[in-house]
Amino acid sequence: MSVVVFIDTRGDKLPKAAQEALTYGKHIAAKLGGGVTAVTFGDGANLEGLGAFGATKVVVAKGVKTIESQQLTKLVADTATTEKAQVIVCVHDGTGKAVAPRVAARLKAGHVAGAIGLPNMDGGFQVKRNVFSGKAQAWVSITSPVKVISMMANSIPIESNGSPATVSDFGGDLGAARVTVKEVRKSGGGINLPEAEIVVSAGRGMKGPEFWAPVEELAKELGAATACSRPVADMHWRPHHEHVGQTGVAIRPNCYIAIGISGAIQHLAGVNQSKVIAVINKDPEAPFFKAADYGIIGDAAEVLPQLIAAAKKLNAER
Amino acid sequence: MKFLVLISQVPDTTARIAFTNDNTQYDGNGVTWIVNPYDEWYALVRALELKEANGGSVTTITVGGADCDATIRKALAIGADDAVRVDAQPTDAYGVAAQVAAYAKDKGFDVVIAGKETIDHNGSQVAGMVAELLDLPYVPLASKLDMAGNTATVERDVPGGVEVVEVNAPFVISAAKGMAEQRIPNMRGIMAARTKPLTVVPAAPVETLSSTVKFELPPAKQAVKMIPADQAGQLIELLHTEAKVI
Ligand SMILES: Cc1cc2nc3c(=O)[nH]c(=O)nc-3n(C[C@H](O)[C@H](O)[C@H](O)COP(=O)(O)OP(=O)(O)OC[C@H]3O[C@@H](n4cnc5c(N)ncnc54)[C@H](O)[C@@H]3O)c2cc1C
Repeated sequence: MSVVVFIDTRGDKLPKAAQEALTYGKHIAAKLGGGVTAVTFGDGANLEGLGAFGATKVVVAKGVKTIESQQLTKLVADTATTEKAQVIVCVHDGTGKAVAPRVAARLKAGHVAGAIGLPNMDGGFQVKRNVFSGKAQAWVSITSPVKVISMMANSIPIESNGSPATVSDFGGDLGAARVTVKEVRKSGGGINLPEAEIVVSAGRGMKGPEFWAPVEELAKELGAATACSRPVADMHWRPHHEHVGQTGVAIRPNCYIAIGISGAIQHLAGVNQSKVIAVINKDPEAPFFKAADYGIIGDAAEVLPQLIAAAKKLNAER
Repeated sequence: MKFLVLISQVPDTTARIAFTNDNTQYDGNGVTWIVNPYDEWYALVRALELKEANGGSVTTITVGGADCDATIRKALAIGADDAVRVDAQPTDAYGVAAQVAAYAKDKGFDVVIAGKETIDHNGSQVAGMVAELLDLPYVPLASKLDMAGNTATVERDVPGGVEVVEVNAPFVISAAKGMAEQRIPNMRGIMAARTKPLTVVPAAPVETLSSTVKFELPPAKQAVKMIPADQAGQLIELLHTEAKVI
């Protein structure tokens, strides 16, 4: 009765969402009375260290370096079968979306994508997830013997008090790669938006891309990721991956600061699960104020320098 | 190239989100239904562009009841050649994917393309499941798709950046923003759509693996706390000391 957690450990730092997924798996394993086996690929360092977050074993396929969904699906499904896993946990990100649905279909396992909390296992197996782009939530009941859960980032507090895991290589055959990577373009060293705890976001009210410097400065002072509304991405003021909302990225940070964004229903859909929302808008009638915890009616050009100064002061004090 | 485009029907983005039957069902009363934006704007339009450039055909497939037909006609108006509706009422993504795969398995499609997610279920599941059931390569979250002969060059979003990948047909792909621009159907398209073939096929037997048992709406927000613009710095203090989020 074990839990298999599939994570992407490439790169120098273990992503926050991977730490969350392991913690998430550990809580399920404790209920089932079993252990957590982490499954990963590539040449990530310090795999023993995954034990801190709850893994007792780590199985790694070093030969797979990229997100090749068929190879990774076989890796995860075969490991889950060997480990007699009842639950498989993935992250609901670009890696998880390539693999989790395939694993589910392969094992005829019910799959909940975008889980926002631990399953309720009293008498059944129900998982809460976002639907309607965060405008509502749904409890999904999985009735198959094996279950797959893809967890949204920021869904569980990380615990890191475990002891080192034992690491072994996946010995099996994963077949040839049918999707080959030709080139990789990294999107800056900034904070990964879906995982960010603080997000500073700006909209068409900024008037043009040349006015983004104070938005970025505030984000830097707060250790925040930057985001934007859809028209801003459509006009190429900001990159597409910053576009949040119903047709962009859905996020749930602790703190969302929106500057010069009207708060259209499609924008709110992607951000209204933020714990605290602060809105800066010069129009007192802007719909965003209805969804906000804190509001400032004012011009971004006048408000932003004050916010930056206050953030600098706060940083100097702590 | 034979394209199969997955088309899902979703409530309009401004639709009221409410539930009936003791919060077990979405309340579709008075709701305007649209083609899922990712299916329409990106998947369908890119398939049409590639067909127009290189020849071939574009077929759409929808899993659902007769209430989907108006939405399917919209996809035909935008330019798809023909449409298939599998007459089933699936309870989860697997239910949809299994129907699509059962239909597509012996039809020789070169490219199976879907939007990266629907705006109601937000699962990003169906295309990946179809790929597995058909034993095909899968490229999710693609923002660019070009074809040269049988070989596709695709840009896809991965954690921390963008990858350029190559894959040979047949394959499955899910479409994200950037792949194409929305097309507005014209009068000729709308007229032509009325007579294009919409084939209804019976459901294949598919096991139920999961189902939604209850919906919840998020709790209502407390009243907003306003801060005067000339004391804007207070916001940072409140976020730190009161809300404790920075
Ligand atoms: C199917 C569909 C899907 C969509 N999906 C999304 C989505 O995913 N994400 C998204 O964001 N949008 C989405 N939209 C678009 C959405 O409806 C809005 O048009 C969009 O969110 C508006 O962006 P905005 O708030 O930046 O711009 P505007 O609506 O133009 O608002 C600008 C705001 O800035 C304020 N302002 C102006 N000048 C200043 C100043 N100097 N200082 C302070 N404030 C100022 C104005 O008062 C105004 O409230 C979608 C629309 C449709 C139809």
